[in-house]
Amino acid sequence: MAGYRRRLYRDDAVVLRTQKLGESDRIITLLTRRHGRVRAVAKGVRRTSSKFGARLEPFGHVELQLAAPAGEQPTRSLLTVSQVVGIALHGGRFLDDYPRYTAASAIAETAERLTPEEGEPTLRLFQLTLGAVKALALGEHAPTLILDAYLLRSMASAGWAPALDECAVCGTPGRHRAFSVPAGGAVCGDCRPPGAVHPPPEVLGLLSALVAGDWGVADGSDQGLRRQASGLVAAHLQWHLERGLRSLPLVDRGESR
Amino acid sequence: MYEGAIQDLIDELGRLPGVGPKSAQRIAFHLLSADPVDVNRLATTMRRVKEVVRFCTTCFNVAEEEQCRVCRDTRRSDEVLCVVEEPKDVVAIERTGEFRGRYHVLGGAINPLEGIGPDQLRIRELMARLSAGTVKELILATDPNTEGEATATYLALLVKPMGLTVTRLASGLPVGGDLEYADEITLGRAFVGRRAV
Ligand SMILES: [Zn+2]
Ligand SMILES: [Zn+2]
Repeated sequence: MAGYRRRLYRDDAVVLRTQKLGESDRIITLLTRRHGRVRAVAKGVRRTSSKFGARLEPFGHVELQLAAPAGEQPTRSLLTVSQVVGIALHGGRFLDDYPRYTAASAIAETAERLTPEEGEPTLRLFQLTLGAVKALALGEHAPTLILDAYLLRSMASAGWAPALDECAVCGTPGRHRAFSVPAGGAVCGDCRPPGAVHPPPEVLGLLSALVAGDWGVADGSDQGLRRQASGLVAAHLQWHLERGLRSLPLVDRGESR
Repeated sequence: MYEGAIQDLIDELGRLPGVGPKSAQRIAFHLLSADPVDVNRLATTMRRVKEVVRFCTTCFNVAEEEQCRVCRDTRRSDEVLCVVEEPKDVVAIERTGEFRGRYHVLGGAINPLEGIGPDQLRIRELMARLSAGTVKELILATDPNTEGEATATYLALLVKPMGLTVTRLASGLPVGGDLEYADEITLGRAFVGRRAV
């Protein structure tokens, strides 16, 4: 086509989601290192002969070349994937482990929800997402612990981490007993609003350990504490997101089987 | 924007999967200039499909009676059950002529991002069928992508206590392709699934 010049750019990215488009294409939602969240069309990837297809499956870390139509802002228009190389595709590691798959899905949906604008760079969220997916793939810790650590840290990067080591209202430092989602986290005896819950102190300790990356404490925690901690994290997240995550209730927490 | 009926048709067509605004316009004007007999036949067929076609009460394949053609066929084996995502997968497998057992159509794959968990699929119905004890082999023929594989993993774990033979379709190299052009995941899986010759 004469006069038709595409703009190309390269970036690495985590594949968050894929959706069918037409006969054999997919729309791929990516969290890129330098261009934030973008969506791009991958042509022909559902044909079994496609070389790209396997590389653009969810949760993979890939390097790609994206093409934008001439004269348009590269990240504000529908892009096309023109090249993909796998950096770490993790493939089978999510496929044969259902709890890992559901935790990875919740991570991907959170990353999508925390990036409402396409093309806005969010390096910190990219690093957190990449790190969480890698840790899940390598099976470094229980999937739900990796998920909760990710949720807490990504909420912190969005500016609404729950207060854990100080009162969310007056700022008095220390480990307080009560927790209130509307107040913003742990609250002291003086500030405690009606409806605050009183989890065992170890639950807030576990949340602090997940934020700090103190995996010794986290890995040693028992199922009951983990479940209560997950409940607080989920409640805090839902409060700030307004609309709940679809994938969070479907996370396999290892109790059904 | 066009006026009245033609714009209504473009809007309706544009809601179909895989039909963009340009295609919708092209199809609408094609119908406008087509022979009325042909257009009537299309309209009748579309209405008929909603009236006549339903889901098989046994396997959830599309059917025109209580049960689909596969479930009514007495020559087929009840001992092998093949689990697929969609009715179109039944058609694809039937085309191979390699399979003489029965099917179970899940109605999709587990996809938490779309809010689809085990309860949104026909997994409870599958478990009820298996509990009858007739099935000896369960073939998990979900799509070879992340959602399909995760669904197969979930089902394999779920039916494990039943002691069936559970198999998964081999993920092979595309016929007619060169080994060096295979992507790393397909090649990796072909290795894992290699067989004695
Ligand atoms: Zn206070
Ligand atoms: Zn049937």
